[in-house]
Amino acid sequence: MPIVNMNVNGNPVTGEVEGRTLLVQFLRENLGLTGTHIGCDTSQCGSCVVHVDGKSVKSCTLLAVMADGSEVTTIEGLANGAELHPMQQAFMDNHGLQCGFCTPGMVMSALDIVNRNGNELDENTVRKELAGNICRCTGYHNIVKSVTAGAKAMGD
Amino acid sequence: MAENGIGVSVRRKEDNRFLIGKGRYTDDINVAGQTYAAFVRSPHAHATINGIDKSAAEASVGVIAVFTGDDLAADGIGPLICGVTVPSDDGEPHRAPAHPALAQGKVNYVGDHVAVVIAETQAQAREGAEKVGVDYTALPAVTDTGSAADDGQPQIHDVAPNNMCYNWPFGDKDAVEAAFASAHKVSTLDLVNNRMVTNPMEPRAALAEYNAGTEEITLHLTTQNPHVHRLVMSAFNQLAPEHKLRIVSPDVGGGFGAKIFVYAEELVVGWSCRKVNRPVKWTGDRTEAFLADAHGRDHVATAEMALDENGKFLAMRVMTKANLGAYLSTFATMVPSYLYAFLFAGQYTTPLIYSEVKTVFTNTAPVDASRGAGRPEATYLLERLVDVAAADMGLEPAEIRRRNFIPKDAFPYQTPVVQCYDSGDYETALDKALALADYDGFAARAEEAKSRGLRRGIGLSSYVEACGIAPSAAVGQLGAGVGLWESAQVRFNPTGNVQVFTGTHSHGQGHETTFAQLVTEQLGVPIENIEVIHGDTAKTQFGMGTYGSRSLAVGGVAIAKACEKLIAKGKKIAAHALEAAEGDIEFADGNFTIAGTDKAMNIAEVAFNAYVPHSYPEGLEPGFDENAFFDPMNFSFPAGTHICEVEVDPETGVVEIVKYSAVDDFGKLINPMIVEGQVHGGIVHGIGQALLEVCRYDSEGQLITATYMDYAMPRADNVPSFDVDYAPTDPPHNPLGVKGCGEAGAIGAPPAVINAITNALGVKHIDMPATPENVWRAAQGAA
Ligand code: FES
Ligand code: FES
Repeated sequence: MPIVNMNVNGNPVTGEVEGRTLLVQFLRENLGLTGTHIGCDTSQCGSCVVHVDGKSVKSCTLLAVMADGSEVTTIEGLANGAELHPMQQAFMDNHGLQCGFCTPGMVMSALDIVNRNGNELDENTVRKELAGNICRCTGYHNIVKSVTAGAKAMGD
Repeated sequence: MAENGIGVSVRRKEDNRFLIGKGRYTDDINVAGQTYAAFVRSPHAHATINGIDKSAAEASVGVIAVFTGDDLAADGIGPLICGVTVPSDDGEPHRAPAHPALAQGKVNYVGDHVAVVIAETQAQAREGAEKVGVDYTALPAVTDTGSAADDGQPQIHDVAPNNMCYNWPFGDKDAVEAAFASAHKVSTLDLVNNRMVTNPMEPRAALAEYNAGTEEITLHLTTQNPHVHRLVMSAFNQLAPEHKLRIVSPDVGGGFGAKIFVYAEELVVGWSCRKVNRPVKWTGDRTEAFLADAHGRDHVATAEMALDENGKFLAMRVMTKANLGAYLSTFATMVPSYLYAFLFAGQYTTPLIYSEVKTVFTNTAPVDASRGAGRPEATYLLERLVDVAAADMGLEPAEIRRRNFIPKDAFPYQTPVVQCYDSGDYETALDKALALADYDGFAARAEEAKSRGLRRGIGLSSYVEACGIAPSAAVGQLGAGVGLWESAQVRFNPTGNVQVFTGTHSHGQGHETTFAQLVTEQLGVPIENIEVIHGDTAKTQFGMGTYGSRSLAVGGVAIAKACEKLIAKGKKIAAHALEAAEGDIEFADGNFTIAGTDKAMNIAEVAFNAYVPHSYPEGLEPGFDENAFFDPMNFSFPAGTHICEVEVDPETGVVEIVKYSAVDDFGKLINPMIVEGQVHGGIVHGIGQALLEVCRYDSEGQLITATYMDYAMPRADNVPSFDVDYAPTDPPHNPLGVKGCGEAGAIGAPPAVINAITNALGVKHIDMPATPENVWRAAQGAA
């Protein structure tokens, strides 16, 4: 079975996987990083979004072996000790989550939106950019508010 | 008001763990030695099973066992049940076909459970499942709600001739007929309530462990009601005695009704852990959720309203066919009957109502409660019919509603359909909503839109719902197999912090915060010292779970009652310690004080005294830990007016919601931030039904919307932001003055959206979902 090496949330990790093992399975099952979720089978819901080499990726769509040698960031890698990342804090302050299942993917996608669009985001941009992440609970209103506020806070 | 008490938008206590990836959902839990289950599902909508060949699967790498329905039956594991009896018009109860957890000789829908394969890894289990050889003889299938009971259709169950489950008439047919005969005008509408797949984002999952030493099964489940699961699985399915079965429902990623029910996978996983003597885990994928979660809605109906010359509603008549799917899910019978027809009065004084509901079996997944459950179907029908009646009478939609509203001084109001409404002020909600939506400015906006080639429309929906489910006596009379009270336990620890145990379950609603707010308000304990515990039958006493917007209105009151008991006991303890008469002790802001003095004792000190009772009132039990149960006197009746404004592009059929305003009466709000979030989520669920979502089977019974590529979920760019306000009234029978808010949006939104689209196009009706294709066709027809 192939061996993969990657750096996950700043820690070098190594593991034995099957060729068919998805990155999300490697994160959840081999590394116990269960903050990254699986909400669908067709790369539609975005519950599984992580960053690979600084870009957002649906980790259900990437084989673990394809991430060999990469830098991976998951939801577990954002906070600084007990201090939440400004985007996480913005989701809390704006009630951008209910059941929490879509939340890790939403936060990781939000950070990618900021990386590509800057800190001043309008509602339309956020809504268009979030179209790859499904939330059944919040109706998106407060997620949009959270992402806009979080983007701003990251610039301060 | 306490610092983080009632009425404050406290940040949620549960959020931190979800935001740092430390939520603990069922699939996140792994135990040593666990195996994995995969289900063999029927590829046919309707077929007999001639034989099952397990040999290739049993020989497959990693496979530990393959079980079929015979194995379950041999162990006496009972079929799945439906817990509510509805009488049919022939005097018999509804037809209840056997619902084996694994098929017995026949399958009745695509996705039906045929066998389970247990293996060392998930991939090996799935490979094993592929190798189970099932010899089927396919039978013709029936899927269409409207024609399933017609002569000549394929028959699904011997016990249900013509695929009928029940025909349930309700109301005074003759009186309604007479009112129609003498009416000034009769408005009529045929409509379809589109079938939906509920789709909480976390797929269902189960993890079962058997301890041969204690003979106890521990079953982690994605359930909204762990004790109901334990009760049903013990009493009806013979999985294990109730005291030897522990159900843990940890963090659950949304429910919306779909996780109320006892499902085949849950029972089979719970049973198989003992058979293989290893833990067994099953995690459904999204396609399995589409195939085998209980679906929602799926009605075809004809509705008629009789009006006098002033547009007053004289009588209403509704004929409904409702699809229950291939088998009866846990509460299936109740949804298109009591939760539906008892809502037909809506906000109006309509004195006479007659309805008939025919429920049918089809070769589709079972249909049961989904956010709103029956009430969205009733509201959609009524609020569409009211708009049709307004057009027939030449009245403004707001005006016809106003003329028929139950006046605010008429509460409590007995409707002709069982329900007695608690409180309401429908006209105030309407006026506030009209102002919020700038209704008066609509004509100018429509003119402006015309200049851009777009047709702008505005639609109202004035809904009422029955929630806070429910008074046990009332549901018992209606044939429910359970009582629907709720329990609470409020426990002080000796060091003064508090654990609140509730029988409700939070899967997104924020109970850990809202319930802590109740307790900090009442007991004066800082909110950070209060922990709310739910979802584990080994920790909390029996409770009924969360659905029907009941948690605060029923469970919250139980918590308040337990707090009252603590205060009463605390007065005795404080009186003794402060050397005062019990009657002189007052309690406020966490302190027991001798009235008129500054001699006081904090509730934390009282708790310590109760656990270290060295100097203590004679005869008083030690401990500071109280239980309470609350069984409400009535349902609660949230209500409101939602107004949707759309722009329709007649060239493409694309509908954009440009403004959406909601004014609701939920009674008192404990955490306005959380309530507003519930409203948003509900509205988008309703917009999803109105514009995007539909579950379709083809005529052979194949599910053709089984992924998010074929089933359109509402996404961030399909919906706007919302304007939300409140017009609260005070429900007299609820001690907290609360009504419930979780379903309102899903109930109010669909008619508001469709009324806006029909207004924009100038057509009588368009069925949901109003996809670009449907809207384009309607626009062409109307042009
Ligand atoms: S799990 Fe749905 S997109 Fe990856
Ligand atoms: S918070 Fe539940 S799916 Fe988004």
